[in-house]
Amino acid sequence: MTVFNQHLLSFAIWLPMLAGVIVLMFGSDQAANRTRWVALVGSIVSFLVTIPLYTRFQLDVGTFQFQELATWIPAFNIHYHLGVDGFSVPLILLTSFTTVLVVVAAWEVITKSIAQYMAAFLIMSGLMIGVFSALDGILYYVFWEAMLIPMFLVIGIWGGPNRVYATVKFFLYTLLGSLLMLVAFIYLYHQTGSFALTDYYDLPIAMNAQIWIFIAFFMAFAVKIPMWPVHTWLPDAHVEAPTGGSIVLAAIALKLGGYSFLRFAMPIAPDAAHYFSNVMITLSLIAVVYIAFVALVQKDMKKLIAYSSISHMGFVTLGFFMFSQLGLEGAVVQMISHGFISSAMFLCVGVLYDRMHSRQIADYGGVVNTMPMFAAFAVLFAMANSGLPGTSGFVGEFMVILAAVKFNFWVAFLAATTLIFGAAYTLWMTKRVFYGEVANAHVAELKDINAREFSMLAVLAILVIGFGVYPEPITALLQATSAEFLTHMQTSKLPIISNVPAVGI
Amino acid sequence: MDILSALPELTVLCMAMLILIVDLFIKPQNRFVIYGLAQFTLFAAAVFTFQSHTPAVSYMFSNMFVDDTLADVLKLMTYLGTSIMLVYTRQYMQLRNMFRGEYYAMVLFSMLGMMIMISGQNMLTIYMGLELLSLCLYSLVAFDRDNPRASEAAMKYFVLGALASGMLLYGMSMIYGMTGSLNITEIANAISDLNPHNPVLIMGLVFVVAGLAFKFGAVPFQMWVPDVYQGSPTSITMLIGSVPKFAAFAITIRLLAQGLYPLAADWQDMLLIMALLSITIGNLSAIAQSNLKRMLAYSTISHIGFLLFGLMSANLNGFASSMFYISAYVLMTLAGFGMILLLSRQGFEADKLEDLKGLNQRSPWAAFMMMITMFSMAGIPPTVGFYAKFTVLQAAWQAGFTWPVVVAVLLAVIGAFYYLRIVKLMYFDEPTDLNAIQAPVDMQLVLSVNCLALLLIGLLPQVLMNICGLSIVTSLQ
Repeated sequence: MTVFNQHLLSFAIWLPMLAGVIVLMFGSDQAANRTRWVALVGSIVSFLVTIPLYTRFQLDVGTFQFQELATWIPAFNIHYHLGVDGFSVPLILLTSFTTVLVVVAAWEVITKSIAQYMAAFLIMSGLMIGVFSALDGILYYVFWEAMLIPMFLVIGIWGGPNRVYATVKFFLYTLLGSLLMLVAFIYLYHQTGSFALTDYYDLPIAMNAQIWIFIAFFMAFAVKIPMWPVHTWLPDAHVEAPTGGSIVLAAIALKLGGYSFLRFAMPIAPDAAHYFSNVMITLSLIAVVYIAFVALVQKDMKKLIAYSSISHMGFVTLGFFMFSQLGLEGAVVQMISHGFISSAMFLCVGVLYDRMHSRQIADYGGVVNTMPMFAAFAVLFAMANSGLPGTSGFVGEFMVILAAVKFNFWVAFLAATTLIFGAAYTLWMTKRVFYGEVANAHVAELKDINAREFSMLAVLAILVIGFGVYPEPITALLQATSAEFLTHMQTSKLPIISNVPAVGI
Repeated sequence: MDILSALPELTVLCMAMLILIVDLFIKPQNRFVIYGLAQFTLFAAAVFTFQSHTPAVSYMFSNMFVDDTLADVLKLMTYLGTSIMLVYTRQYMQLRNMFRGEYYAMVLFSMLGMMIMISGQNMLTIYMGLELLSLCLYSLVAFDRDNPRASEAAMKYFVLGALASGMLLYGMSMIYGMTGSLNITEIANAISDLNPHNPVLIMGLVFVVAGLAFKFGAVPFQMWVPDVYQGSPTSITMLIGSVPKFAAFAITIRLLAQGLYPLAADWQDMLLIMALLSITIGNLSAIAQSNLKRMLAYSTISHIGFLLFGLMSANLNGFASSMFYISAYVLMTLAGFGMILLLSRQGFEADKLEDLKGLNQRSPWAAFMMMITMFSMAGIPPTVGFYAKFTVLQAAWQAGFTWPVVVAVLLAVIGAFYYLRIVKLMYFDEPTDLNAIQAPVDMQLVLSVNCLALLLIGLLPQVLMNICGLSIVTSLQ
C-alpha cells in the first residue's frame, strides 16, 4: 500500500497503459465480449486509482503535490518528475472518467479490431494523464507527442470516409507546433542546465528571449486548443473521428493546450504573457464571436459541435489572459464543464449516427416523437452548451464574463454575446433535429436509447447539473493554486540590470 | 606485441579466406555451415575486441593504427549490425539462388575494410580500409549478376565511388603536401603552426569533405544513393545503408575532429550547408517516391543531414550526439529493411509502398513493428529516433546554430509526412496481398527484438548515451 500511496501519479499513468497492453495481448475480434470487459475493468480500475488524488489533495497548498522524482536521463539532467496542483487534478480525473465513458460508448458500435481500439484509448488516457502531471520538460514532451500516435490511428482506422486527410492534417499540424516547443525547451536547457520546470520558473529571462519562448509555446498550444486562426484541423478531425475519438479530442485533448498555457507558456515567460495579453484576448474574442457565426451555418452536427468547442475554448484563453483570479478559475471550470458537455453532445450525435448513419441536420426532424427519452437528454445538454444557468456550462462562462467586466467593458460585452450566439446555434440545431413533424421514414423507425446509452447520458446529465448547481468541488481545488499562480505572474522575470557580473547561468 | 592488438582484424581476414576455401569443398545443401562460420567469425571478433579493450588510447604499427574506446565500441556495433543483417538476409539469399560462400566472404571482407577505417590513424590506413570496403560493396551490388538493374546500379556506384575516392585521395595529398605527414595527430599539430588561411590546405579540406560526403550520401553528393538502393538486391541495400555508416562516421571523426580540427571554422560551414540541403532535398524527394527502397534512400539522405548537425557543432557534445544518432540510425535502417525482407518471398520483392497495404490485417505484430520503426525514423517520442534528433539539435544549438536548428525542425515535419504515409498504408488501407508471411523463426525473433529495441532505448536512452559519450570523451581528449 505504501508503494501505491507514494506513487499515486505513476499508477494513474501506467495502469491504463498496462491495461491497454493486456487488452492488445488477450483481446481479439473473435472474443469480442471478453475484450470489451477487460477494457472496461481496466478503465474503471484506472479511474479508481485517480480518485485519491482528489480526496487526499491539500486544498490550502498552492504548489505541487504528490510529487515523484527519479533520475531518468542523467546525460541531459532529465528527471522523471511528476506532481500536480489544483489545475491538473480536475483534468486528470476528467481524463480517467472520460476513458471509462469511451469504452462504454464503443461497446456495440465498434466491431472492427476491437482490441486495438480499446487499447488505443487506454494508452492514450495514460499518456494524457502523463501530460497533466509531468514537471520535467522532456518527460512532458514525450507524453505530449506520444499521445499523437494512438489518436492518429484512432481517427485513421475507425474514422469516416475522409479520415486519412483529417488524421494526417491533425498529426502534422500538432507536430509542427510541438517541434517549436522542443526548440524552446532546448533553449531553456542551455540556460539552466536542466529540464526541471521549477528551474524554469525561477530563471530570469530577458524580454527578447521571453517573447520568442512565448511564441514557440504559443505555436504548440494554440494549435492544440485550438485558437483562431490555427483551428482548421479540428472540424476535420472531429467530423471524421469515431465517437470515442471525438469525445477524447473535445473533452481532453483540447484541454492539454489550455493546461499547458498555465503550466509552461505563462509562468516561464510572464512578461511576454503580459506583453501579448491584448493579442491573446483579441484572438480569444474572435474565436468566441466569429467561430460562433461559423457554427451557425454548419449542416453537419459534428462540425457544428466542433466549432462550438472552439468558441468555448475561446473563453478559456480569455479567462487566462485577464490575469484575475476569477477569470482564471472560471477558465478552468469552463475546461472541466466543456469536457462533460462536449462528451455528452458527441455521444448524442453518436447515438443518432449509429442508427441513421448520417450526421447531416437535414436528414433529421421530429426525433422527439420516436426517441423521447433520448430527446430529453439531448435538449438538456444543448441547454448546457448554450450556457443555461443551473448547468455547468453557465458557471465557467459567467465567471469569465464577470472577470471581463472588471477588466474592460467591451471585452465583456463581446464575450457575453456568446450567450446569445451559443444559444442560437445550439438550439436551432436542436429544433431542426428533434422537434417538428417526423421528417422521413428513417426517423420514424428510430428506436429509443438502450440501457447502456441511457446510463452514460444519465451520468453525464447528473454531472452537468451537479456542477452547475454546486461548483464548489472544483473551485475549492483551484483557489490556492490560482492565487499562487497569479503571484508568480505578477513578478517580473526580467533580469535585474546591475554592474555586478552575472554568476552561474 | 603489435600484432595481437589487431587480432579481431586478423580473425576476420583468416575466416573470410577460410570460408572461400570451405565453400569449394561443401555441398550446396550444406551451405548453412558457411552461414554458421560467418556468424561465428563475428562472435569471435567481438570477443577479441571486448577482451583487448583498455580505456587508454594505444597506437600500433608505427602509429598507423589506433585502438581506443571509440574504435572498440564502433567495431562492436559493426559486428552486431552485420550479424543482424546476416540473420535477416539468409532466407532472402536462399530463395534467390544467391546463398553462396562468396556472399559471406565478401561481407566479411567489407567488414574488415570498415574495421580498418575505424582504427585508421593514418590517412593511408583510412584510405586502404575505405577501398577494401568500397570494392566489396561494388561487387556485392552486382551480386545478382543476371539482373540488369543491379548491374546498372553497380556501375553507377563504381564510377561515382571511384570519383569520390579520387577526391578524397587528392585532398589527402594536398594536406600531406602542406603538413608533411599522413599521421592524424601530426597533421593536427602541423596545421596549428600553419596559417589557417593557407589556400592549399583549404583546398585539401574541401576535397576531403567532398569525399566523406559522398561516402555518407550527403547532398550534393547524393546522386548515387537512390539508384543504388533501389537497384541492389534488398539484402545488399541493407548492408550499404547500415553498418558502413559507422565506419564513415569513424573516419569523419579521425579526419575532421582530430586531424583537421584546427580548421573547424571552415568545415563547420561546409557541413552546415550540406546538412540543410540534405534534410531539405532528402525529405522533399522522399514524398514523391512509390518504391519503398528508394524512399528509404531519400530518408537516409535526410538522416545524414541530421547527423551532420551533430558533427558541425565541432565539440565533444556534438560528436557524442552524432554517434548516438548514427547508432540509432543503423538500428532503424536494419529494422526498416528487415521488414522489407520479412514481407518478400520467392519471386516477390515487397519493395513497393503498396505492398504494405493492410499489413495490420495480415499481421498486426509486423505492422506494429514497422510502425515503431517509422515513428522512430520520423523522430516521434517515445522512440529512439526522437532522442537522436533531440541530441544533435541541442548540440547544434549549443554551438550557436540557432536558425539552422529551427529550419531543421520545420523540415522534420515534412519528413514526418512520408513516414506517416507508410503507417497509413499499413493501418488504414485494405490489404491487396493476402499471402501469409513466411519467414524463419530466428529472423522474426531478431527483427522483433530489433524493433522493440527502438522503443526500449527510447524509454531508457541513458545506456546508449553513456556509451557514446564515454567513447568520444576518452578517445578525443
